[in-house]
Amino acid sequence: MKLLTHNLLSSHVRGVGPRGFPLRLQATEVRVIPVEFNPDFVARMIPKVEWAALLEAADHLRLAEVPKGPIQGYEQDETFLRKMHHVLLEVEVVEGTLQCPESGRVFPITRGIPNMLLNEEETET
Amino acid sequence: MALPGSLNRYLLLMAQEHLEFRLPEIQSLLSLFGGQFTNNQGTYGKSPFWILTIPSEDIARNLMKRTVCAKSIFELWGHGKSPEELYSSLRNYPVEKMVPFLHSDSTYKIQIHTFNKTLTQEEKVKRIDALEFLPFEGKVNLKKPQHIFSVLEDYGLDPNCIPENPHNIYFGRWIADGQRELIESYSVKKRHYIGNTSMDAGLSFIMANHGKVKKNDIVFDPFVGTGGLLIASAHFGAYVYGTDIDYNTVHGLGKASRKNQKWRGPDENIRANLRQYGLEKYYLDVLVSDASKPSWKKGTYFDAIITDPPYGIRESTRRTGSQKEIQKGIGKCPESHVPVSLNYHLSDMFFDLLNFAAETLTLGGRLVYWLPIYTPEYTEEMVPWHPCLKLISNCEQKLSSHTARRLITMEKNQDQYSHLLSDQFLPYQGHNSFREKYFSGITKRTAKEEKSSQE
Repeated sequence: MKLLTHNLLSSHVRGVGPRGFPLRLQATEVRVIPVEFNPDFVARMIPKVEWAALLEAADHLRLAEVPKGPIQGYEQDETFLRKMHHVLLEVEVVEGTLQCPESGRVFPITRGIPNMLLNEEETET
Repeated sequence: MALPGSLNRYLLLMAQEHLEFRLPEIQSLLSLFGGQFTNNQGTYGKSPFWILTIPSEDIARNLMKRTVCAKSIFELWGHGKSPEELYSSLRNYPVEKMVPFLHSDSTYKIQIHTFNKTLTQEEKVKRIDALEFLPFEGKVNLKKPQHIFSVLEDYGLDPNCIPENPHNIYFGRWIADGQRELIESYSVKKRHYIGNTSMDAGLSFIMANHGKVKKNDIVFDPFVGTGGLLIASAHFGAYVYGTDIDYNTVHGLGKASRKNQKWRGPDENIRANLRQYGLEKYYLDVLVSDASKPSWKKGTYFDAIITDPPYGIRESTRRTGSQKEIQKGIGKCPESHVPVSLNYHLSDMFFDLLNFAAETLTLGGRLVYWLPIYTPEYTEEMVPWHPCLKLISNCEQKLSSHTARRLITMEKNQDQYSHLLSDQFLPYQGHNSFREKYFSGITKRTAKEEKSSQE
């Protein structure tokens, strides 16, 4: 699971609503795989990023060199965009968990794939 | 290049496949590239010859870089219902538009294409000779000409009734071919990872085109299966997300869909499919998730949602819920943990899908999905609607004598009222028992066959 994805995910446990974001990320296995740098795509993503959530997740993965926020003129700033490209797209959690901050419910990440399915009780209406 | 500032007429030579899907594909692509679709011909129907007005040759070329429905495009210089009409039409075509391609430094060749008829070499040469009145000053080069001109003769669509003379003859300068070769290169037959319902390659590209997918978009498939629809979008430069409720399919585990193969191998998963075509950089993530209970945060970040939801026939329609139901054929993988499955009524599924699209699509973003229908009962009112989504097209593909599926394309045109609280917009209820209706015809037919074999 990439950090861009983590930034778009929220807990859907019943009753939790917007307090389910962001999910608390823990990882037991992380890998870095190079992805071709596409500055236009990265620049497009910058306005969609919730920075506090990104910094928190990056912190849990002990990543260095994570920009603290968008900078003036980021669209043309290759250094900034390359750093964001790395953080958002090249770091992958292979094994780990995502935890709902409100309910404590844990969603596992296995082989890089989060499992967001809820149990019977959690979906009962 | 064609003269700027003038609207030029082009001839599209269409492939005779997926007839209903062609016009929405061309319209979507033209709107993607800034052209307006001007209907010069009235109706396009079954004909493979379409005359369009396109603002520039660049737009025409961009169109051809995407379309799988069109074989070729020509700058139309003349046409008529007889050779005389054609020549007269050519004489009326402005010479200043011809000259850039005919001057003495250039090389060219003329081709004759006939549709639904075969001509002898002699007959073809006669037709080329008849065009001598055109101001060609360049040299003929049959191997690598700079400019290719084509005469296209239309002898109708009925191979059992070939007319003596063509219905229409067209003459144009060849500009570009479409992307029909993608259908072969992305064929499901050669794909590493397939499932029982993997989408035919041609249709998956058509869906991406109906969805106006473009470079650097984010495209999402909530019923991703083996990822076939993501491949088409990734090919066009979009970054892709997928979710599916089936753990095994998302992880690439369990029984294989290929004949003679028992279990899926290690290179069989969605990511591997993208890797097979050199598209792995467009892979964002896939998740095991219930489309009726999505885990995406509030916001608009999908440029397109392109999907083939389960119809409940070959794949089961499921969602997590409180009733217990035993699923046949799920691999005994202990981590798979599909908690419970409830029959997901089709109308609920489309209600959820449209709501989800209205909430997460960017403004102008498109939802493209298949809607299964029971033909004897289908009416247009049954197509689900939503106040924030405008219906763009509705194309039918027949599945059997009494069932079909329709490719619905919708575009988000407003942000308000994006959450429906009731299903007042869903007259689709009648199709909930699609699965029963699908099989009912088969049961009737079997009963009939048994009866007649007994007589």
